[in-house]
Amino acid sequence: MVEVLERCGLQVEFPEGQTCCGQPAFNTGYREEARRVARGWLEAFGGSEAIVAPSGSCVSFVRQHIPELFHDSPAELEQARRLAARTWELTEFLVSVLGREDVGAVYEGAVGYHESCHLLRELRISRQPRALLKNVRGLELRELDLAQECCGFGGTFSVKFPELSAAMADEKLRSAARAGAETLVACDMSCLMHLDGRARRLNLPLRCLHIAQILAGASAGGAGRAGA
Amino acid sequence: MKTALDERIETALQDSRLQAALEHLAFRFMTARNQAAADLPNWEELRTQAHAIKRHTIENLSIYLQQLEARVRERGGTVFWAEDAAQACSYVVELARARGVKLAVKSKSMVTEEIELNHALGRAGIEAVETDLGEYIIQLAGEKPSHIVAPAVHKTRAQIADLFEKKLGLPHTEDVAKLTATARAVLRQKFLAAGMGITGANFAIAESGSIVLMENEGNIRFSTSAPKIHVAVVGIEKVIPRMADLAVFLPLLARSATGQKLGSYLSILSGARRPGEPDGPEEFHLVLLDNGRTRMLADPVAQPEGYATAAAGIVLSTGIAQPEGYATAAAGIVLSTGIAQPEGYATLRRQTLYCIRCGACLNVCPVYRKIGGHAYPWVYSGPIGAILTPQMLGFPMAPKLPFASSLCGTCRDVCPVKIPIPEMLLLLRSLETESMPGGRWLERTGFRLWAWAMRQPWLYRLGSRVVPFIPARLLAAAGPLAGWRKTRELPVFPEESFRDWWRGRRAPPAGMATGRRP
Repeated sequence: MVEVLERCGLQVEFPEGQTCCGQPAFNTGYREEARRVARGWLEAFGGSEAIVAPSGSCVSFVRQHIPELFHDSPAELEQARRLAARTWELTEFLVSVLGREDVGAVYEGAVGYHESCHLLRELRISRQPRALLKNVRGLELRELDLAQECCGFGGTFSVKFPELSAAMADEKLRSAARAGAETLVACDMSCLMHLDGRARRLNLPLRCLHIAQILAGASAGGAGRAGA
Repeated sequence: MKTALDERIETALQDSRLQAALEHLAFRFMTARNQAAADLPNWEELRTQAHAIKRHTIENLSIYLQQLEARVRERGGTVFWAEDAAQACSYVVELARARGVKLAVKSKSMVTEEIELNHALGRAGIEAVETDLGEYIIQLAGEKPSHIVAPAVHKTRAQIADLFEKKLGLPHTEDVAKLTATARAVLRQKFLAAGMGITGANFAIAESGSIVLMENEGNIRFSTSAPKIHVAVVGIEKVIPRMADLAVFLPLLARSATGQKLGSYLSILSGARRPGEPDGPEEFHLVLLDNGRTRMLADPVAQPEGYATAAAGIVLSTGIAQPEGYATAAAGIVLSTGIAQPEGYATLRRQTLYCIRCGACLNVCPVYRKIGGHAYPWVYSGPIGAILTPQMLGFPMAPKLPFASSLCGTCRDVCPVKIPIPEMLLLLRSLETESMPGGRWLERTGFRLWAWAMRQPWLYRLGSRVVPFIPARLLAAAGPLAGWRKTRELPVFPEESFRDWWRGRRAPPAGMATGRRP
């Protein structure tokens, strides 16, 4: 992601005080714990001009739930709203803010695109990732018949209901196979970690990559460090 | 800890035939629904309008319920306020006894499933026969509905053939036309012999005292016209202010449920037969059921401060001309007039009462489609069941249920009255967690530790260096990772963490740094 943004002529900062936005605790019912972590997020990014994250789910949490967490604390609520207004998901930032649909990437292979739930149904981002993928040299985009179906990750859902979560992953993996995709791409590392873990458990020859890895011109390796 | 929910999910996941049936039904319903929604250019406006009408009605529920009651009485009907299932059932049983009814015919109704009316009637020696084909099948099988709209979706043709052979003495056949004709012949005799017809209602109209019933089989029209007594059991949230509101709700309901423009039969019934009218029942009874619904309206825990002041002090029941039983319960329930309604918990929870039981959220739910309706703890299944059940029965009756969702959000997108189900699930998760401080101490401690660690960036950095070197087996000994490893491999960590890469990097010229992946 850093390389893609720099290629677009931007100066990238990585506030090293950052850790997590707090979503795991919030989604598991621990709002006070989520609030503590979210406070750290507000502190870490207070000085940034634009905040870009390679995760639809995190961005959705920042925009919708962090302000909600501080509903009774006017100063923090104000800060949360201010930061939420300049936080962008990577593909949204590239296409809708910078107006770049071609970042000069190269990737050889048949690629399926998985629409992660929060990206699609909370941020309503669907066109931008596809526009970017279509402009990658050598990349053949294969549409999945179940592109918009949930992969079954769901945060702590994946460990609270592992069999159910895996059964949902299998639907997605079968859909990828039907589409003839050799590589499955998404904008959320968490879905990919789950799908990749399931594909490896089943010994499927499917490679799972974050869109940042494709856009950075990656052509080797498995699901690496794209969340960073 | 394994809950009953986990066990039922496990059983359902092994039933590939069930999953195929659910996929088939969901695909058929959703394809039709999507087409039907696309055919109406103002679909989204209708949804917004429906949400607004529901919000207004629920915020002013006491007014509309009293109006409904007054209109029904004016038309010669009887209204009974039932505080809970037991009161509703005993009213119907006593009425049947008093009129010497031995047989009652029933239309498909979730609310009578909720109060288990058939059992209550059966215990009193009164036969109650379901007349919707799907409901009839599951009644023969002694089961509960597994889908709000298609109650017998979990049954195969072969199972139904066996059932009809065993229970009705029909020679074994899987010919659908023959099976249906048999049910029809049996049911026709029941309609003609029944002394009472029992229905639910899709809507109850306050201004006219009418109840509205939409169906496809004609059995509801038969149940409400042939027997001498018609009893409608209706949840208090089903009231809508005006007849004109049907213009919004009917297309939404039919199109969301089955993709039809309208059900084959639509009945708008305003009381019993009046002098000079050729048909209709001689008596009409409306049972208005609470059964936990007012808890969603007036949860003392969930109400933000200042709420009591905002409510203008309207008490649900006036106590005048009320049957015994309800007045006591209602005396303490103060409903808001909708003035200065603060956003927050109470408002969110109230939205559960907007539901019109179309079943669309079940059809799109990837969890429901894997596990089916019987995996849920109560008669209401799918996403709506996951938010209704804990609120109506209490968390201990449905442990872990709000967590059995990946929060994918498709339910919110199809809901015709725009109930924010995922947000409600998140709220219920936090309320359930708060309600059992000792029950999840390990998880709670884990999250407290995690929250602390997340405020220590140095620890995060250290963790990203150390964790990749811990053997997978050791990692998986810990709770959540054991769950992960059950069905998946752990992620492969890169040799160098992002933070180390970031620190070690010497500002590469733009476009050159393709060797390392961010």
